Amino acid sequence: MELLMASGIGVLVGTGVFLLLRPRTFDALLGLTLLSYAVNLFLFSMGRLVAGRAPVVQAGVEGYADPLPQALVLTAIVISFAMTALLAVLALRAHAATGSDDADGGVAPGAAGAADRSAAGAEAGPRRDGPPRGGGEA
Amino acid sequence: MTAGAWLLLLLATPFGAAALLAASGRRLEQLDASARLARVAWFAALATGFAAVALAMLVPAVQGGTVHRLRVDWLPALGVGFGLRMDGLAAVFAGLIVGIGLLIVLYARWYLAPAERTVRFYALLLVFMGAMLGITLADNLILLAVFWELTSLSSFLLIGFWQHRSDARQGALMALTITGAGGLALLGGLLMLGWIAGGFELDTVLASGPAIREHPMYPVCLALVLAGAFTKSAQFPFHFWLPHAMAAPTPVSAYLHSATMVKAGVFLLARLHPALAGSEAWFFAVTGVGAATLLVGAWHAIFQHDLKGLLAYSTISHLGLITMLLGLDSPMASVAAVFHLLNHATFKASLFMAAGIIDHETGTRDMRRINGLARLMPVTAALAIVAAGAMAGVPLLNGFLSKEMFLAETLALDRHQALRFLVPAAATLAAALSVAYSARFVHDVFFNGRPVNLPRAPHEPPRWMRVPVELLVVLCLLVGLLPAWTVAPVLALAAADVVGGALPDYSLAIWHGWNLPLALSAIALAGGTLLYAWLQQGRGLHRTEPPESAGRREFERALTALVRWAARATTALHAGGARRNLLLAVAAAIAAGAVALLLGESPIASTGLDPFEGITAGAAAVWAIGVLAAGAAVVLIRQRLAALLAVGAVGLVVSLAFVWFSAPDLALTQVLVESATVLLMMLALRYLPASAPPEDDDRRVLRDAALGALAGGGTGFVAWAVMVRPFDSIAGYFLERTVTEGGGTNAVNVIIVDFRGLDTFGEMTVLLTAGLIIHQLVVHTALPPVAGPARPPAPVAALERRFPLLFDTVARALLPFALLVSAYFFLRGHNLPGGGFIAGLVTAIALLLQSVAGGHAALWPQRDPEQAFAAKQRVLLTVLGLALLVATLTGLGSWLLGYPFLTSTFGHPVLPVLGELPLASAALFDLGVYLAVVGATVLALASIGRLSRTS
Repeated sequence: MELLMASGIGVLVGTGVFLLLRPRTFDALLGLTLLSYAVNLFLFSMGRLVAGRAPVVQAGVEGYADPLPQALVLTAIVISFAMTALLAVLALRAHAATGSDDADGGVAPGAAGAADRSAAGAEAGPRRDGPPRGGGEA
Repeated sequence: MTAGAWLLLLLATPFGAAALLAASGRRLEQLDASARLARVAWFAALATGFAAVALAMLVPAVQGGTVHRLRVDWLPALGVGFGLRMDGLAAVFAGLIVGIGLLIVLYARWYLAPAERTVRFYALLLVFMGAMLGITLADNLILLAVFWELTSLSSFLLIGFWQHRSDARQGALMALTITGAGGLALLGGLLMLGWIAGGFELDTVLASGPAIREHPMYPVCLALVLAGAFTKSAQFPFHFWLPHAMAAPTPVSAYLHSATMVKAGVFLLARLHPALAGSEAWFFAVTGVGAATLLVGAWHAIFQHDLKGLLAYSTISHLGLITMLLGLDSPMASVAAVFHLLNHATFKASLFMAAGIIDHETGTRDMRRINGLARLMPVTAALAIVAAGAMAGVPLLNGFLSKEMFLAETLALDRHQALRFLVPAAATLAAALSVAYSARFVHDVFFNGRPVNLPRAPHEPPRWMRVPVELLVVLCLLVGLLPAWTVAPVLALAAADVVGGALPDYSLAIWHGWNLPLALSAIALAGGTLLYAWLQQGRGLHRTEPPESAGRREFERALTALVRWAARATTALHAGGARRNLLLAVAAAIAAGAVALLLGESPIASTGLDPFEGITAGAAAVWAIGVLAAGAAVVLIRQRLAALLAVGAVGLVVSLAFVWFSAPDLALTQVLVESATVLLMMLALRYLPASAPPEDDDRRVLRDAALGALAGGGTGFVAWAVMVRPFDSIAGYFLERTVTEGGGTNAVNVIIVDFRGLDTFGEMTVLLTAGLIIHQLVVHTALPPVAGPARPPAPVAALERRFPLLFDTVARALLPFALLVSAYFFLRGHNLPGGGFIAGLVTAIALLLQSVAGGHAALWPQRDPEQAFAAKQRVLLTVLGLALLVATLTGLGSWLLGYPFLTSTFGHPVLPVLGELPLASAALFDLGVYLAVVGATVLALASIGRLSRTS
């Protein structure tokens, strides 16, 4: 089983890295997601692969899977979700600002109008109280 | 009050006063400018006076031989304590700092124009005073380094006080660069010193002198410490920053750049003398650098036309003299060094203040124009002439006594045959040069004809501006005339700690009979006067340009080169946006892994475990699905929805792996996060084009594929190598204690909320921060409609219309059940798979389903979707805040019971329906986790959902 796990981790890292380096933000997001799966599995496998012995202590039972990597990975899963969400919002903002989903923020041709609009939105930014300016006119 | 309290008060007073001044700056702004100046100056004087009182309370015991100490644990694990210590040397130096500081505070009150930023000036001056006191009183080398840096910083701010002047800015930057770099070297040296001595406390270090000198790393350590001391004390070849620092207001020059800060380096040499001195390396380095500085400084001083420039180079020269004395490394030389340090502080501070008065009254500092002031300002002239006499070493003044001791010490040198003649000759030459520049100062400024073209008509300064000068000049005279009655006890007090043993016999008399030092003094006086007369009359000193200061051009060249290289490196690493950075990060990670794998020892240490064992057809099938899905994500990447679904499939395979390998908590979490991630990305896809154009650069694709293969292959190999290694885990510790100390049987959950609660606390903070950032990114933005002509916007409203009834009804019906499941997971989490993270995700997904099905209106029945959104965001932010509050309060609760932060307690109350409930305080903490997860997840998704609404 170790072989399957190790090769699986390898495939996820490989595909994750490849997608991470693509020029579009969405692709990079998916790459990051794959990469975080791989990292979580890697951390998890540091506690070795043990089948059928969940670390829930029962009287008279000896030998459990290692709970420590599990605890680490559990929080890591949630945190990587938060980071993915953050990056997704960032990608959308970049798209709104430049009119392009290029990871380097390149401006797509003909996207000037979009950039102008978002600049107007940014100017309305500092208003903190009250509902934010809706995009109704758009 | 105890001595420790007075010590702390002495150090804290200047800092406290500075903080108070800075804090009341705005209120003081409202005052009339001159009233403000007066009030601020009096306040600063009061604070300094109070520090003087604190010092006075401490000194008598020090004279009796006591060493005051105060120790507070700071970083006990690193052996760094906040320790203060006052022995004789520290007391005398502190007296110098506070005493001259008081005079400077008074002087600056008349020097500064009321319209200047006087509050800032005094606040900075007080900070500097505190930092200097910190250097003298620090008992710990690390603490000393901290205060050392603080003096560099406050010096930077004070030199650049007149920010509008470019010379002030440049001078400040140069001083900071040189002293800052020296400070870094010093820190390294002190760390080594503490490491060799086995502790950072001064007592430990001073007591282990022999061990330090015999250590193989001693030369490196010495070089680093000396680099710090020499840069601070403007020793050759680092001396060039000091003349440029003269762009500072004159009180700053008098205080920082002649009397105290530049003495910090010399003080450090004196302080560490028992630990570091006594070797050939010390002798040659310190004496050599000191002698070079002495001569170079004195030579340059003669040719300066700027009044303060002359004084600055003279200061450099005198600092070199003190350094040289410390380098000579005999008890008597150390006494002379301390003596000259005190004398120089008095006469040079008064000279700077006199120069400031002259500048103030005439409007220029150019000695070619200021002439004949003796008639116009006779009192100031008399004072300055006496002080200049002390600088030149004229008999009956304090400078004469220490210079005489200096000459005697150079004559007493018996270390190296070749130096016996050379050192006294150099000393005499330097003495002659100092006579020459002192003569120039006196003759050029106060005599030598009439003033040329002055901007202002000079007259005597305000009465009180002269008082500090008068006091210092009187001191010069008293010490010069009655040394045994005035300075002797002070000197004995300070010198004993430098010598580190019994003081040698010496007499502080004016007259020691006809001897060689006296003859050398006479030669220097006569020679210096003649030299000046010849230069002025014969060579036209006023028409000679000052020689270029060595080191400055090199410094500037080095700085330019550094900036150029930094810019080049930055553009190489950081141009072309995110992709380039990601590429570099990936490549660096691969390189680091490769280095470790290829150069380190082989990671393979098999236990004979068969990696093929246990592979069933089912497992292989699941693996194949995962691998195929990951491949599909790559292949289908341009069809975004398909790629996203493929990634989702990979996530499900990962959760199956968790199920198989005994990690039910992880499996649950993974499944739930997977749903949330797919939901999130689908929402995001509303905004991005549904498909991407093909990439046109095949080479790039190939390169990235190669990188991916390398990274994947390497990681897979490492993972395999780790898994087949022998295994020794600390798991047993947690498994044994999870019931007895954590009160739950689910070890994973107990670790999260109890054993490693602090980590989880940190992770909650990350969630909270991510939520806040997302909120801020979204709340003020209106996203434009989806770009791309082929795809009309698909607002949620359309979705609502598409599944009006069925989806809505099911989702609504589902909500209570989902909440029930979530509560169930939450409650059982301590004992069975579940817990705050999982329960939070269940709740979040249930809420999101409502949102997708019925829109915001389902939960927040307001007409305007914008209002509904705003109300929702408010609630979510409150939930996030509440989460951290609950967790913090739970943690603090254990403080109340006298345990460390986040220690849990538990009981087993029996409730009517549910039966016995194992209830731990950690469950409360888990509630915080639950709230954080719900808040952050819903906030993230709702924010993106809102974006779709506005389009």
